[in-house]
Amino acid sequence: MDLSAINPAVLIASLMVAATPILLAALGELVVEKSGVLNLGVEGMMITGAVCGYAVAVSTGSPALGFVGAALGGALMSMVFGILTQYFMSNQVATGLALTLFGLGLSALIGQGYLQLRPPPVGEVNFGPLADIPALGTIFFQHDAMVYLSLALVGAVWAFLKFSRWGLILRAVGESHDAAHALGYKVIHVRLMAIAFGGACAGLGGAYLSLIRVPQWTEGMTAGAGWIALAIVVFASWKPVWILVGAYLFGGITVLQLNLQAAGAMFPLAAIGWILVGLGLIDALVQHFSGKNPSILRIVFDICLVALGIFGTWWVHGTLVPFKIEYLSMSPYLITILVLVIMSSGRGRAALSAPAALGKPFHASS
Amino acid sequence: MNEVLLSVEGLTKAYPGVVANDAVSFQIAPGEVHALLGENGAGKSTLVKMIYGLVRPDAGRMTFGGAAFEPTTPHAARAAGVAMVFQHFSLFEALNVAENVALGMESPPPQRQLARRIRQVSETYGLPLDPDRLVGDLSAGERQRVEIIRCLLQDPKLLIMDEPTSVLTPQEVGILFETLRKLQAEGTAILYISHKLEEIKTLCDGATILRLGKVVGECNPREESARSMAEMMVGQELHTPSREAKEPGEVVLDLAALSVASSNPFGTSLRNVHLEVRSGEILGVGGVAGNGQDEMLAALSGETSAPPDAIKLCGQDIGHLGPNARRRLGLLAAPEERLGHAAAPDMSLTENALLTGAIREQLTGGGFLHWPKARDFAGRIIEAFDVRTPGPENAARSLSGGNLQKFVIGREILQRPACLVVNQPTWGVDASAAAAIRQALMDLAAEGAAVVVISQDLDELMEISDRFAALNEGRLSAPRPAQGLTVEEIGMMLGGAHDMEVAHVEA
Amino acid sequence: MIRLDKRPQPSRLWAAVTPLVAVVLTMLAGGALFAFLGKNPVEAIRTIFWDPVFGEFAWYYRGQLLVKAGPLILIAIGLSLGFRAGIWNIGAEGQYIVGAICGAGVGLAFYPAEGWYIFPLMVIAGALGGFVWAMIPAILKTRFNTNEILVSLLLVYVAEQLLASMSLGLLRNPEGAGFPGSRNLKQYEAASNPELFAGTGMHWGVVAAFLAVILAYVLLNRHMLGFQIRLTGQSPRAARFAGVRPNLLIVVCLGASGALAGLAGLFEVSGPAGQISIDFNSGYGFTAIIVAFLGRLHPVGILLAGLLLALTFIGGEAAQANMQLPASAIQAFQGMLLFFLLAVDVLANYRFRLKKREAA
Repeated sequence: MDLSAINPAVLIASLMVAATPILLAALGELVVEKSGVLNLGVEGMMITGAVCGYAVAVSTGSPALGFVGAALGGALMSMVFGILTQYFMSNQVATGLALTLFGLGLSALIGQGYLQLRPPPVGEVNFGPLADIPALGTIFFQHDAMVYLSLALVGAVWAFLKFSRWGLILRAVGESHDAAHALGYKVIHVRLMAIAFGGACAGLGGAYLSLIRVPQWTEGMTAGAGWIALAIVVFASWKPVWILVGAYLFGGITVLQLNLQAAGAMFPLAAIGWILVGLGLIDALVQHFSGKNPSILRIVFDICLVALGIFGTWWVHGTLVPFKIEYLSMSPYLITILVLVIMSSGRGRAALSAPAALGKPFHASS
Repeated sequence: MNEVLLSVEGLTKAYPGVVANDAVSFQIAPGEVHALLGENGAGKSTLVKMIYGLVRPDAGRMTFGGAAFEPTTPHAARAAGVAMVFQHFSLFEALNVAENVALGMESPPPQRQLARRIRQVSETYGLPLDPDRLVGDLSAGERQRVEIIRCLLQDPKLLIMDEPTSVLTPQEVGILFETLRKLQAEGTAILYISHKLEEIKTLCDGATILRLGKVVGECNPREESARSMAEMMVGQELHTPSREAKEPGEVVLDLAALSVASSNPFGTSLRNVHLEVRSGEILGVGGVAGNGQDEMLAALSGETSAPPDAIKLCGQDIGHLGPNARRRLGLLAAPEERLGHAAAPDMSLTENALLTGAIREQLTGGGFLHWPKARDFAGRIIEAFDVRTPGPENAARSLSGGNLQKFVIGREILQRPACLVVNQPTWGVDASAAAAIRQALMDLAAEGAAVVVISQDLDELMEISDRFAALNEGRLSAPRPAQGLTVEEIGMMLGGAHDMEVAHVEA
Repeated sequence: MIRLDKRPQPSRLWAAVTPLVAVVLTMLAGGALFAFLGKNPVEAIRTIFWDPVFGEFAWYYRGQLLVKAGPLILIAIGLSLGFRAGIWNIGAEGQYIVGAICGAGVGLAFYPAEGWYIFPLMVIAGALGGFVWAMIPAILKTRFNTNEILVSLLLVYVAEQLLASMSLGLLRNPEGAGFPGSRNLKQYEAASNPELFAGTGMHWGVVAAFLAVILAYVLLNRHMLGFQIRLTGQSPRAARFAGVRPNLLIVVCLGASGALAGLAGLFEVSGPAGQISIDFNSGYGFTAIIVAFLGRLHPVGILLAGLLLALTFIGGEAAQANMQLPASAIQAFQGMLLFFLLAVDVLANYRFRLKKREAA
């Protein structure tokens, strides 16, 4: 095993690339959810964007046009969702799922003629000598334009929601559509615009996968990225800057596990024992500080956990086994679940910052 | 009064199955406080929504300041100089005061400047308010101030107020009236919607009385008696509930130091509530909206749990028990929200009868449902409480508010509770159904049950309660005999000054 | 101007008719899609919907119908319980995989022993596997209030990796010359789930699906638990008031749907599929979501919807072979069906009213 082959600067630079599709999609979904709509169809919009962007870029030879096409494709898909949920008052969960299922099928259909082709390459933005700074240059100044665009978009969404009047109206609609309606704001229009923005962002994220990250078209290539984007919105407690943190964290995990796979890293079995010890201790501490009467059963359980961990560590001391690729590939999903659990358990913190009208149907009944 | 600010002529609006407004006409002069008087469902809300541009009339016309006035959106109405203070639904709990105010303005100044103006206006009119606080943390009275200031910042020519005092203590009502008089003196016309006659007598210069969508009279409230206006408003002889005073019996419900955290982040937690309710008595619990009424009902119904000994029923600890275990012991409840809490809107009345009646009426056996028995139980409720519906297979949401409320209350009463807790039993219910519900509650007490009525309608509580207590920020005042309480004393209790002079009442 | 008015109560007529309307609309839109792809739309629709049942090779396809419908119905029945209560298990695909792995694992552990008890043990293991996999989102939801939609879905990807790992490692056929995939259970009698009547496609999984339909019908219409499930979905606050324990319901609904999905996986791996392999799962868990909605979450509706969706699978394969229609077209077609269903659903709860703008 040769972990030293992993260069930290390259790692960081590549995690930014790995994170960008999810960052874009999550940012779009954040705006959608801030307006009080839960669109579970991110995966479907992303894959549609991936195939649209790919098809346009291959046909025209222009990656830029490809991204425009992807944004349009994603937005168009999202409008199906928008019209169904806003005008036909269909269930948002079911409609979002339908969008994902439909998107996966439709994209495969569109992508038929584009298998085995290579998209036109996307160059780096030229920062001149800045790019040659050791480490920093690799991390900050050797990316394609979409990476910088996605970062700019984070700032733009943050400023829009915090300072602009339209942002205020968007948040108001997401907090209480009845009150917003009573004040004369067009709830449905605001939401449709938010949904279209979310669709366009998801489309861009998908196209980033098919045009830059991979770059190739394969069926189902988003592989759950849309769902992870949804999870990151929860992780970020609906705050744009935290979307950035969440997406880059996730990107980091992805890149790290890929590097470990490539390096054929070995896994010390004793680590499992230490994890058990850690879990037992953490749970005991949580019990201690929660202020409630600790239950005997749980303390016994913790003691057993710690004992088992110590015993196990001793038992397999020094044993190394190769990481199985499948288990490394699982890790991003498992860690996403873990993060979701931590975020939602903090005494309803996630629930507190969620837009109050999220997922509720609106029908102007006046 | 030759000058006319707003003139409404022949305004008509029909909804499927009901004509909400039928050729309504009236006029308001600048600087006039004009009352729109009527029962629930008389069409007041629809009328003002048309003036405010939220609803478009089917027929009729309006003029405002001499020009034709056809607002298609609230923006248009606001641009013309109409502002409205809503009864419900126009504030955003997770946004701060300044943001809420900005949302109600056409072209708000930057936040910092707006905050300064909010402070300034709130001081001028005696309505102190901090622009940086979250609305979710404000009391009902403070929230109304946000609404009022939002309107005042736009220098309206006409201010519409929809039932503004229903969420205020008597003291807060006094402050509001001073503000309104100040505005009136500055030449602002006020359209004041209410069904409280005394308020209208003290405040208003003119009144238009609505009944079932039609104008049934106009008057000068200062010259009319409350009784004559009430007769115009109701249009029929009211059956006033009557009951014989009875010696209270054993203690049935006993709350000792009950503290329950609210499940809603913006809710009010109950703090150290003490209470005893005896067999055969009705305890009225007053209080301004949002002072812990919902939480109290949830704590008693078993939807939220408490330490076992904080709640006792006939001497037995029940604080830890869930709703069904409490029902088995005889503690029943009817929450405020009919659709979605007391009843499931899309389910049939039979299913809704099953919702709380399964245990005491033995509508299940071994987990399996006895549909015929459930249908029979629903039928009995419908018959005994005169619920107007084609039959028990109809969905709950197809019933009118009054009929559904009769069904909900009747469902609990027919189960012969040892103790019944109701929240807002006549909210949004027409007068005759309200009278029937109050009578049923009094009959239940007369038969020996202990009854707790939580309500924001003080008139109702004074009419049916034996003893009265008030909720303020989750604390309950010591109950006092209802007879002989003065408005000032009630106001003090509602405002939180509980223990001031118990001695003087004993005397 | 058209406006929507809420009906005083849901229309039963429209509730029954809307799925049919949705199917017809999907055929029209699907026909347009096929025409766009340069295929004859009438022929395509006929190949998908008519030929498998009444065409020349119907004797073969009719059997396939039950083979495909069995798992769809079994999974959809489980999902419908949760969907009715507002508990969204969308990870049935993962539970299906884990059920298959556990069931096949138990069976292979006995290889080459013979005994009547092996298959029943596999059934139990399959149901248990799906149940445990579904308990992960259930417990996270009840203990930490974690969104069950995201967790159950993310676990699908985990299950897929697990499946890959199993077919390459632990369960790989030792006599398979190093190829991925387990022993074929069809050739191991004690652990196989054979066709019960030749040519019908009927296997134990189909029997289980029919049983599930009946049990779900009784549960929802005659039992308190079913009433509580329906109540929770329609009105969560009223359900709490009626004494429903939400956490218990989450565990029951997710557990039941997980167990049924696990069963479906077990019956599939021991019957039609025969072995654990990397591409064992074929999207039944996701298509079952469409089945559940198309059947209006009603057991009998799900039975019919499962047969219909099975028809599109088989017809899709036929169209793929005869007309070179891409396989993904059927997937898009099924997604479209769900869209149209959701769109016409509005008719059950709302009335369209034409409103003339009067000249003012």
